[in-house]
Amino acid sequence: MAFKNEEYRKPEFKQVSNVVWEVPTSFKKGMKVPARIYAKKSLLDQMDLEVFDQAANAAMLPGLLKYSYVFSDGHSGYGVPVGWCGAFDLKEGIISPGAIGFDQNCGMRLLKTNLTFDQVKPKIKELTDLLFKMVPAGVGATAYQEPKEIANIPEGKFKEIVEEGVKWAYENGYAWKQDLERIEENGSVDYADFSKVSKEAYKRGKSQIGTLGSGNHYLEIQVIERIYDKEIAKKWGLGENENQVCVMVHCGSRGFGHQICTDYLSIFNNAMKKYGINVLDQQLACAPFESQEGQDFLGAMGCGINYAFVNRQLIIYQIRKAFEKVFNKSAEDLGLEIVYDVAHNTAKVEEHLVDGKKRKVVVHRKGATRSFGPGNEELSKIYKETGQPVIVGGSMETGSFLCVGTRKAEEETFGTTLHGSGRVMSRTKAKNLFRGDQLQRKMMEKGIYVKATTMSGLAEEAGDAYKDINEVVDSMHQAGISLKVIKLKPIANIKG
Amino acid sequence: MAYKFLDDVSIADVEFEATGKTLKELFESAAHALTSVQVKDSRKLSDKEYVLIEKDSDSIEMLLFNFLSELVLIKDADRILFSKFDMKIFPENNKWKVVCKCYGEKIDPEKHELLVDVKAVTMHKFKIEETKNGWKARVVLDI
Repeated sequence: MAFKNEEYRKPEFKQVSNVVWEVPTSFKKGMKVPARIYAKKSLLDQMDLEVFDQAANAAMLPGLLKYSYVFSDGHSGYGVPVGWCGAFDLKEGIISPGAIGFDQNCGMRLLKTNLTFDQVKPKIKELTDLLFKMVPAGVGATAYQEPKEIANIPEGKFKEIVEEGVKWAYENGYAWKQDLERIEENGSVDYADFSKVSKEAYKRGKSQIGTLGSGNHYLEIQVIERIYDKEIAKKWGLGENENQVCVMVHCGSRGFGHQICTDYLSIFNNAMKKYGINVLDQQLACAPFESQEGQDFLGAMGCGINYAFVNRQLIIYQIRKAFEKVFNKSAEDLGLEIVYDVAHNTAKVEEHLVDGKKRKVVVHRKGATRSFGPGNEELSKIYKETGQPVIVGGSMETGSFLCVGTRKAEEETFGTTLHGSGRVMSRTKAKNLFRGDQLQRKMMEKGIYVKATTMSGLAEEAGDAYKDINEVVDSMHQAGISLKVIKLKPIANIKG
Repeated sequence: MAYKFLDDVSIADVEFEATGKTLKELFESAAHALTSVQVKDSRKLSDKEYVLIEKDSDSIEMLLFNFLSELVLIKDADRILFSKFDMKIFPENNKWKVVCKCYGEKIDPEKHELLVDVKAVTMHKFKIEETKNGWKARVVLDI
């Protein structure tokens, strides 16, 4: 007999606004704070009920401040939902890998070019095929043959990479100086401590830098389809040419970040007994933020964060090389500049206003993006005036958005917004319903050239397995948490 | 010895239920399920590569979790997927222990039809139960 599936209840929502709904603490015993869901009513109704149960479980964690937040892209995950944010008090609160996502610092990077669709179209196949070769993807993918020094990295150099992040990449010729200020936290965190990382994590990570991975990770060549905010787009160097081509990358810290989380899941399960913490889902295993275990995890996670930044940087390095080869011009002449790089699986110590007072909190974002508004001191000079770019990756069929962070997000949601379109269908079901080869043909007909390492993996990523990205992004726009700047449509997609 | 994938339960990930008449069979079923997520016709992989896994844990749940996590680690570190498992599971010094000879093949994208990459085994809804016919386990894999 099969395991009985849990039955989840639908909460009685308290409507806060057209796009904000509150789940009261009476919904589930043990909730310390309410949950808040940011979504249009149609999306709220579409969410699987487990989302609310998981948001409620998270609301029981020690030291959670204000609300357990779910955004419009929210769907059930492991531990907490994907599309979730929670800020914890430094003294009373915890740190939890399951509330960050195992793919530490998984994120999005957007690169612009000064090429137009008409210039790229005749070369799209050549370009995509070359990128498919130079940016390895799929099960067990290891670094491309060039540059040689990033394959099978010796431990000493690996330590340097994960403790220094993109600074290492810059010093070794894989990044431009201007890249640094266009990456969240300038591409490196200073609390990374390799001594807190296991040998196993090193073994998984040493040959995977510069690789895309699998699942929903992708590299996409896109064209600007619509501009919502011309002024901001112009300041970011976008939309001056009609049909400007951009490149978007979605990936994270590969096996390295996952192994760190797997290791600390066991450590935290033991630590919880020591600190008298009970959680309803073992995947929410956590430790007090200021405990030795919590700080050790922070040091290890810092390495995972830096690894992911460098991984995306090496992919950008390869993209620049591929464009140079195909267009016979330098990457500088092709204007291959980073627009921004955002993390959407992370935990960070940030200063926020809580009950009218500024205080430091540890913000967990799982499938959620930082959305700092204009004037925020954390932002580099180029984005301080406008607010930070928020990159929202859509399904490969429907396109993606570039939004801008707001002060309202800082006031309401600890400066946090959505990260993608969010799934509505399980991978197993999508694979049964769609066929990868048919999908590939359909996309080709729509003018999207697709290269995938696997046809069944492609089927799992069908557009119909996801929510309508327009509605999802609109929800956050209406709430004033992240505002639409540009919509991008894919013209080629590489999927691992 | 069997496993099946569950529909519409874990939306972004893959959830399976494995069964076995004995704990040894249960672990084998779960290990086969893990390989089959990542490569088509997983049982046709050759047995050229051999790795010995030895793990111990306080509970049988943690033993299965640690065993499967080790297979994920080897997939990335040594690029091997396994198709045959010769194992023993027994109590030792107040712990559960598994000793498993794993046989498989190096990943070769030219030769194998690779599917999706398993990034981690999660503890989400992780369960092992003794049944009338033996054992069953539920596992959510992070994709």
